[in-house]
Amino acid sequence: MAKKFKNKTLAWLDYRLPIFSVLKEALVDHPTPRNLNYWWNFGSLAGITLIIMIVSGLMLSMHYVAHVDLAFDSVEHIMRDVNYGWLIRYIHSVGASMFFLIVYIHISRGLYYGSYKSPREVLWWLGIIIFLLMIASAFLGYTLPWGQMSFWGATVITNLFSAIPLVGDSIVTWLWGGFSVDNPTLNRFYSLHFLIPFVIVGIVFLHIVALHKFGSNNPTGIDITLKEESIPFHPYYTIKDLFGLGVFFIIFGIFVFFLPNSLGHPDNYIPADPLVTPEHIVPEWYFLPFYAILRAIPFKLLGVLAMLGSILILFALPWLDTCKVRSCRFRPIYKQFYWIFIVNFFILGWVGSKVPEGHYLIISRICTGYYFIHFLIILPLLGFFEKTLPVPANIFKEHNKKK
Amino acid sequence: MINKNKISNLKKERRSFLKLTTFSVAAIGSSFAVWPFIDSMNPSADVLAQGIKEFDLSNIEEGSSKTVKWRGKPVFIKHRTKNEIEEARNVKLSELKDPQKDEDRVLKPEWLIVVGVCSHLGCIPSGQKVSDAKGDFNGWFCPCHGSHYDSSGRVRKGPAPRNLEVPKYKFIDTNKIKLG
Repeated sequence: MAKKFKNKTLAWLDYRLPIFSVLKEALVDHPTPRNLNYWWNFGSLAGITLIIMIVSGLMLSMHYVAHVDLAFDSVEHIMRDVNYGWLIRYIHSVGASMFFLIVYIHISRGLYYGSYKSPREVLWWLGIIIFLLMIASAFLGYTLPWGQMSFWGATVITNLFSAIPLVGDSIVTWLWGGFSVDNPTLNRFYSLHFLIPFVIVGIVFLHIVALHKFGSNNPTGIDITLKEESIPFHPYYTIKDLFGLGVFFIIFGIFVFFLPNSLGHPDNYIPADPLVTPEHIVPEWYFLPFYAILRAIPFKLLGVLAMLGSILILFALPWLDTCKVRSCRFRPIYKQFYWIFIVNFFILGWVGSKVPEGHYLIISRICTGYYFIHFLIILPLLGFFEKTLPVPANIFKEHNKKK
Repeated sequence: MINKNKISNLKKERRSFLKLTTFSVAAIGSSFAVWPFIDSMNPSADVLAQGIKEFDLSNIEEGSSKTVKWRGKPVFIKHRTKNEIEEARNVKLSELKDPQKDEDRVLKPEWLIVVGVCSHLGCIPSGQKVSDAKGDFNGWFCPCHGSHYDSSGRVRKGPAPRNLEVPKYKFIDTNKIKLG
């Protein structure tokens, strides 16, 4: 083995425990396509946000009490009495929104540039698993302040499982540890909310291992064949990621300091009351599109399946998309359908925030239908009918062509 | 790896300047960001509020003492007799392990107020009740490792390094004190 470190102690230690060379490979030397644009910032941003969530959550857990009689007050105690408690809680609650925002952009990037295609299917799967775990963790965490939205959100979401034929009700009772959402439910939700982020860290590690196996995809979507097409991760992408991080912190800071409650619901500042349901229950913004799909379908079981299916279908995406060309840059038709899909997703989010009646219901049904048509009909057929543009042999050719 | 070819052509000074400024900004920024997280583990406002407490002394008779809880610790309030005061004041400072005049340890000679935590390893010395062991110096005796305190709460014998601590307090009335 060639000597990797000048420092003798480091070299000695690394020879026996090669974490330093692994880290150096991953964060310093790792050859990365030289043409990555700013949409490639969101992976590292998501990782940093995950760490911010874990640290701020850890500090909150030192003051929070998971008991139905004390939970709400302990959150107010954090807000009023604990030094900088307000800041840490707002970092955590706004951070959840930021985390989803970043991950949605990260997923959209993957969809646009075909990052899910062979040989990166497992990388894509691991990403979806992280997304599912994030959804679970966000839902569990939202229950903890034990406000009205916490309580009724928990009630509604756990009741989804009652749609399962035969054993549904037993499963719901098991989830609750009782006959309604109550203290046992709060306790286990807290326990799981603490656990899941660390599971996410584990999957993120695998996500990075899978990523480094074939390296990052790039805006052209072509495989990197020449040495000159790559540049070392450090300093080129460390500095680019750092710049993006600075911009992100400004946005994060604006929300934390000036608009901390703008992304939440005022109803959650009313202590949970098991005898009164708020008039209009809506999840946090990041769940709205899926909530719209759930409500679009008038049959309980089918609605739940459609909502689950809308995420699980992503697992099959590498095979539903039959086109061999990865990037949208060379797929003029798919590019248009991609944007229609994004707009459709936004509309789903918008109707998800409305009462499912009249034209809102009709819109949500059309959009839900289109969501699945996109994956199940448009994508498989496009691979056969779309005339893709000529793909360059390497990223320099693409660059020269533009000039 | 194409680590070297282009990087080495750049002016080294410019790069090291950029490195220095980037790292400084990052270091200063993160130390500011870390402080709220550390400070959140310090006593919160409600804990600090409990740190100031008032106690009424009127029902403590001469010669007896009372233990009150303050900041989670026992505080000994001793209504000393003339004898005990004299005893404490007649000790030569050179005999003491942690030399301190009795006059410096009380606001009013008849009231001795000390935190009842042994300066050795944190046990609570006995001597508050009439029936308790008071040690060889008519004060307190720590059962854990055998430290003896006198009627001014000063250590006289045993492993304890310092006298019993006198908390910050003041008389807000003839018979009322405010601790903290």
